[in-house]
Amino acid sequence: MIEKAFFLYFAFAAVAVSIITVTRRNVMHAVLCMLLLFFHLAGLYLLLNAEFLAAVQIIIYAGAIMVLFLFVIMLLNLREDVKKVQYGRLWFVGVIVVCGILLAMAGAYVFMVPGQRSDWTIGRIVAETHTAAIGQVLYTRYMFPFEVVSLILLVAVIGAIVLAKRQLK
Amino acid sequence: MVPLNWYIWLSAILFCTGMFGFITRRNLIIMLLSVEIMFNGVNVSLAAFSHYLQDAAGQVLVFIVIAVAAAEAAIGLALVILLFRHHETIMIDEINEMKG
Amino acid sequence: MTLDHHLLGISPQLWDIGVIVIKIAVVVGAVMGHVAYATYFERKVIARMQMRMGPMEVGPYGILQPIADGIKSFFKEDIIPTNADKPIFFMAPIISLMAALTTLAVVPFFDGFVVSNVNVGLLFILAMSSLGAYGLILAGWASNSKYAFLGALRSSAQVISYEVPLGLSLVGVMIMAGSMNLTDIVHAQQKFPGGIYLVPQLIGFFVFVVSAMAETNRTPFDLPEAETELIAGVFVEYSGMRYALFFMAEYTSMIIMSSIAVLCFLGGWTLPAFVLKVLPFLGYVPGLVWFALKLYACIFFYYWIRATLPRYRYDQLMAIGWKVLIPLSLANIVLTGFISVWMP
Repeated sequence: MIEKAFFLYFAFAAVAVSIITVTRRNVMHAVLCMLLLFFHLAGLYLLLNAEFLAAVQIIIYAGAIMVLFLFVIMLLNLREDVKKVQYGRLWFVGVIVVCGILLAMAGAYVFMVPGQRSDWTIGRIVAETHTAAIGQVLYTRYMFPFEVVSLILLVAVIGAIVLAKRQLK
Repeated sequence: MVPLNWYIWLSAILFCTGMFGFITRRNLIIMLLSVEIMFNGVNVSLAAFSHYLQDAAGQVLVFIVIAVAAAEAAIGLALVILLFRHHETIMIDEINEMKG
Repeated sequence: MTLDHHLLGISPQLWDIGVIVIKIAVVVGAVMGHVAYATYFERKVIARMQMRMGPMEVGPYGILQPIADGIKSFFKEDIIPTNADKPIFFMAPIISLMAALTTLAVVPFFDGFVVSNVNVGLLFILAMSSLGAYGLILAGWASNSKYAFLGALRSSAQVISYEVPLGLSLVGVMIMAGSMNLTDIVHAQQKFPGGIYLVPQLIGFFVFVVSAMAETNRTPFDLPEAETELIAGVFVEYSGMRYALFFMAEYTSMIIMSSIAVLCFLGGWTLPAFVLKVLPFLGYVPGLVWFALKLYACIFFYYWIRATLPRYRYDQLMAIGWKVLIPLSLANIVLTGFISVWMP
C-alpha cells in the first residue's frame, strides 16, 4: 500500500517534471527540472530494490551530465534565444506522431508475453548486496558489451576534444 | 507490490514526452535534454522488467545505456559549442546554410 | 534500540521512526555546533600561525565570537539584485546546505550509531558532494553579475575535474574492504593487520586529501570564491543569512570530507590492534572520542594548509587534477587490485 503511494508520487512527479522540461523557454530552468526528474527516477529504482542503480543515476546523470549541460549553457550566452520562436512550424505533426507512438506502445502492451523468470530473486540480491549481484552479471555474461561501452566512451572523449578545440596546431 | 504494467505505462509516457520535445522544440540544448528523457524512460522499463523477471541482465543494460547517454551528451554538447561559434545561435531553424 | 519497546506500549514501527528522528536531531545539532566553533578555531589557529591573537573581544579569549557572528548575519539586511533570477537565487544556498546535511545520514560516528546504515554509503556521499556544487553554480548564474558568473564557471569545471579522482581514490579502499558500507569498512580495517588503511593506501589517501580540498573549495583551490581576484566570486551578491547558509554548507562539507578520511583511511572509531596490545587501557575510552580526535586532526590539517599555501592558478588547478591525480589514482587501483588478487 505504502509502496503504491510512493510509486504514484514518484511517477506523477516524474511525468510532470519532464513535461515542464520540454516546454520551458529558459534553458537553465529546463535543466533544473531535469535534475528533479533524475531524483524521482532514483527513488523509483530504490522501490525496485536497485540501490546501486539509484546511486549511479544520481552520480552520473545529476553529478556529471547535468553539470556539463550547465557548463555549456553558461559558456554560451543564450539570453537572446529566450525571446525567439520556440517551436517548429510543423509542431502539430510532432503531436500526432507522439500520439501514434503511444497508441502503438499500448497495442504492443496488449500482446506482451512476459519472459522466463531467472534466478536472481530479491532474497538472493539482498543477501549478496545489489552491487555484488550487478558486478557478477556485468563482468561474466556481459563482459563483451562492457568492453564495447568503454570503447564508445573513449571515442566520445577523443571526439569531444577534437570538436571543441579551437584549432589543432 | 506495484504491478509491472504501472512501470511500463510510466516508461511509455516518459519516452513520448521526450520524443515530443525532440520533434517540436527548435532549441538544440532542449532537444538534447529530450533525448536524455527518452533514455530515462527506457531505463525505467528495463529496471522494472529486471525486477519482475528476477534477472539482473536488465539492470546491466541500464548501466550500458547510462554510459552511452554520457558519451552522447559529451559529443552533442561539443557540437552545440561548435555550432554556436559559427552561427551565434542554437536555434536549429536559423542554421540553414545548406538550403538552396 | 536497547530499550524494550513493548514496555512502553508503542508499536515497533513508530518506535523506529522516533529513534531515527532523535538520531537526526542529535547528529544535526552536534554538527551545527561543530560548524560554529570550527569558524572560531580556524580564526584562532590561523592567527597563531601568523603571530596574531585572533578574535579576543566577545567573551574570554573571544569564545562567544561565533554566536555574535550568527546573530549579526541573522539581522543583516537581505539584498537581492534587481536582475537576479529570483527562484534560483533563493534556492541556491538551500541546495548547498541540504546536500551537505543529507550526507550526514550515512556517516557512522561510533559503532552502531548511524542514522541510515545503507549498503552504498560511500556512493551516496559522492553523489551528494557532487550535488553541493549545484549550489555554487546556480548561485553564480542567478546573481547575474560578472564576478559571480566567472566564479560559477570555475566552480563547475573544478567539480567535474575533481569528482573523478575523489571517487577513484576511494576505490582502493572499497577493494580492500570488499564493501561500500562505511561501518563495514571500519570493521574490515579492524581485522586488517596494520589496523588502518592509511599505510597500504598511501597514494589513495594523498589523492583523496588533495581532491577533498578542491571539492570543498578550501584555500589552495578556492578559485570559485577567490577574494583577491573575484572579490568572493559566486558569493558576491549574497548577504546576511543567505551568505551564512553557504558558509555553513562549506564547513559542514569540510567536516564530512574529514570524517570520510577518518572512516576510510584512519580506522574510524577503532584503534589498531597492536596499539591496544601495548596500551590495553586505551580500549576503555569510548569510540566517539577517538573518532572526534581524528576528525579534529583532519580539520586542523585543513587550517594548516590554508595558512601555509597560496592559491593555485586556474590552469595549474586543472593540470594537477587531470595530469597528476587521475593517473595516480588509476595506478593505485591497478596496484591494489593485483595485490588483493595475488596476496589475499
